[in-house]
Amino acid sequence: MIPTSHYLFLSLALFTIGVIGVLTRRNVIIILMSIELILNAVNINLVAFSRMFGNVNGQIFAIFVITDAAAEAAVGLGIIIAFFRNRPTVLADEMDILKW
Amino acid sequence: MFAPIEDLYRLAPELVLCTFGILVMLAEPFVPRKRSGLVAFLALLGAGAALAATRLSWAHPGTAFYGLVRVDDFSIFLHFVVGAVAVLVILGSRDYLEREGLHRGEFYALVLFATAGMGVMVSAQELVTAFIGLEISSISSYILASFRRNVPKSNESAMKYFLLGSFATSFFLYGVALVYGATGTTLLSRMDSASGNPTLLRLGLGMIFIGLAFKVASAPFQLWTPDVYEGAPTPVTALLSSGPKAAAFALLLRIFDTVFAASQLWVWAIWVSAALTMFAGNLAALVQSNVKRMLAYSSIAHAGYILVAFAARNEIGTAAVLFYLVAYALMKLGAFTMVTHLGGEGERRLEINDYAGLGSQQPAAAAFLTLYLFSLLGLPVTAGFLGKFYIFNAALKSHLVWLAVLLAINTVISAYYYLRVIVVMYMREPQKEWAATPIPRAVGLVLVLTAAGTLYLGLFPNYLMEFATQSAVLPR
Repeated sequence: MIPTSHYLFLSLALFTIGVIGVLTRRNVIIILMSIELILNAVNINLVAFSRMFGNVNGQIFAIFVITDAAAEAAVGLGIIIAFFRNRPTVLADEMDILKW
Repeated sequence: MFAPIEDLYRLAPELVLCTFGILVMLAEPFVPRKRSGLVAFLALLGAGAALAATRLSWAHPGTAFYGLVRVDDFSIFLHFVVGAVAVLVILGSRDYLEREGLHRGEFYALVLFATAGMGVMVSAQELVTAFIGLEISSISSYILASFRRNVPKSNESAMKYFLLGSFATSFFLYGVALVYGATGTTLLSRMDSASGNPTLLRLGLGMIFIGLAFKVASAPFQLWTPDVYEGAPTPVTALLSSGPKAAAFALLLRIFDTVFAASQLWVWAIWVSAALTMFAGNLAALVQSNVKRMLAYSSIAHAGYILVAFAARNEIGTAAVLFYLVAYALMKLGAFTMVTHLGGEGERRLEINDYAGLGSQQPAAAAFLTLYLFSLLGLPVTAGFLGKFYIFNAALKSHLVWLAVLLAINTVISAYYYLRVIVVMYMREPQKEWAATPIPRAVGLVLVLTAAGTLYLGLFPNYLMEFATQSAVLPR
C-alpha cells in the first residue's frame, strides 16, 4: 500500500508546477491550464486524505471541485474568445489598455 | 429523502433568488423588446422577495442540512446587506443597460445568482459550502465584468478578474484540502476538537486567508482591483465593490471567530495587511485622474479600515465591521451610480477634470456626489464618520494604538483626493461642453435611497448599531 505522504508530495509538486506556470507564462490559455493543474493537485490531496481517514467527505468534495473547474473553464474560455474577437492576442503582457 | 421544511425556511433567501434568476432567463425570450422593463421588474421583484424571505428565515434560527448552513443574527444581518445591494444594483442598472444597448435578461439573472452565492457564503458553517457559495458569486461576477462584450476595456477587465480570481480560489481550495487533511472534517465547529497535525492546519488556514484576502482586495493581494473596477461596466463595479466584499469579510469573520487556531494564526497577518492595505489604497488614489480608478483605490483603502476593526478581535470590532459594511455599501453604491449616470453614452466622461463646472450645470448631481465623497472621507453627519468612529473605538479598546494612528493618518491622506473632486466640480470652469441629461427615475430613486441611508446612519446610528452588536455574537 502506498502511504499517504506520497500522494501529498505528488500533489505538492503539481501545485508548485501550477503556481510557477501562472506566474511565469505569458499565454493566457497556458495560465488557465496551470490553474486547472492546481485544482487537480487539490483533488489528489482530498482523495488521499479521504482514504487516510476512511470517510467519504473528501471524495464528495473532489466531485464538487471537478464540477467547479468545468464551470470555471467554460466561463474562462468564453472570456478569452470575447477578448480575442476585439484584439487578436492571447498574451497576458499585451493586455495593457488598463495599467496592470 | 426530503429535507425537513424547517431547513428550507433557513435556506429561503437563496431558493427565492435562484428561482427568480431562472424565471428571469425563461421569461426573457417571451418579452418583446419594447417592454424589456418587465424583465428588470421581475428581477427587482426577486431581489425584494429575497429580502422578505430573509425576514422569514429570521424566524427560524438554527442550523440546517446537517449543520452545513446556519441561520443566526450574523447571517441575517449580512443577508439583508447583500439583498439590499442587489435591489439597488438592479434599480440602477436598467437605464445604463438601455443606454449602452446591452439590455438582456442574463444580466439580472447573474446579479441574482451572484447574490445567492453571497447568501450561501455568509451562512456557511462548513468549508465546502463556503467554497460553493464563493464560486457561485465569483463566476457570476466574471461574466458580469465582461458584459460589455464589444469594448476591449471590459474584456480585459474580465480577463484579469477571471485569471487572478480563479488563481485565488485555487489557493483557497488547496488550503481547505490541507485543513481537511489536518482535522478530518470540513465543519468549522469541529475543527478545534479534532486532534490533528498543527503544521498542516496552520498551512491550510494561511492559504485560506490568502484566498479570501484576494476577494476582499487587501494588500498585498489588491493589484487586480483598480483594473477590474475601471474596465467593468459601472453598475457591475458598484456590485463588485459592495456585495462580494461584504460576503468575503463575513466568511473571514466566521472562520476567525469559530476556529480558535485561525484566530491565533491570523492576528498578525491581519494587522500587517490592514496597515499595508490602507497605505496602498490611499497613496495610489492620490495620483489617479480617472474617477472609477480613484474610487477603486479608495475601496482598497476602505478594506484596510475594515481590517483594522477586524484586528481588534472583540465583539465591538465585529459590530464595527458590520456597521461599516453597511455604510460603505451605501456610499459606494451611490457614488458608482452617480458615476454611471454622469459617464454618458459609452462611458466617456470618466476623468476627474470632466466634472469641472458640474456644480453649476447639474447642481443636484454634484450635491449627491459631494455627499458620498464626504461620507467616504468620513466627515460628521454621514455614515462614514460614525463607521470610522466605531472602528477607532474598537481598535483603542483592544489597545491597537498604532493601528488607530495609521488609520488617522490615512484619513488625512484620503482628504486630498476626495476633496479634489469636489473642488473641480464647484470651482473650475468646464473645458468641454457635456450634454446634461436628466437623471432617470430609477437612478434617482437609488440616489435618494443611498443618500438618505448615508445621512440617516450618520444621524441616528443606534438602531443599526444595536442590530450589529446583537449580530456580532457568533456562536462557537
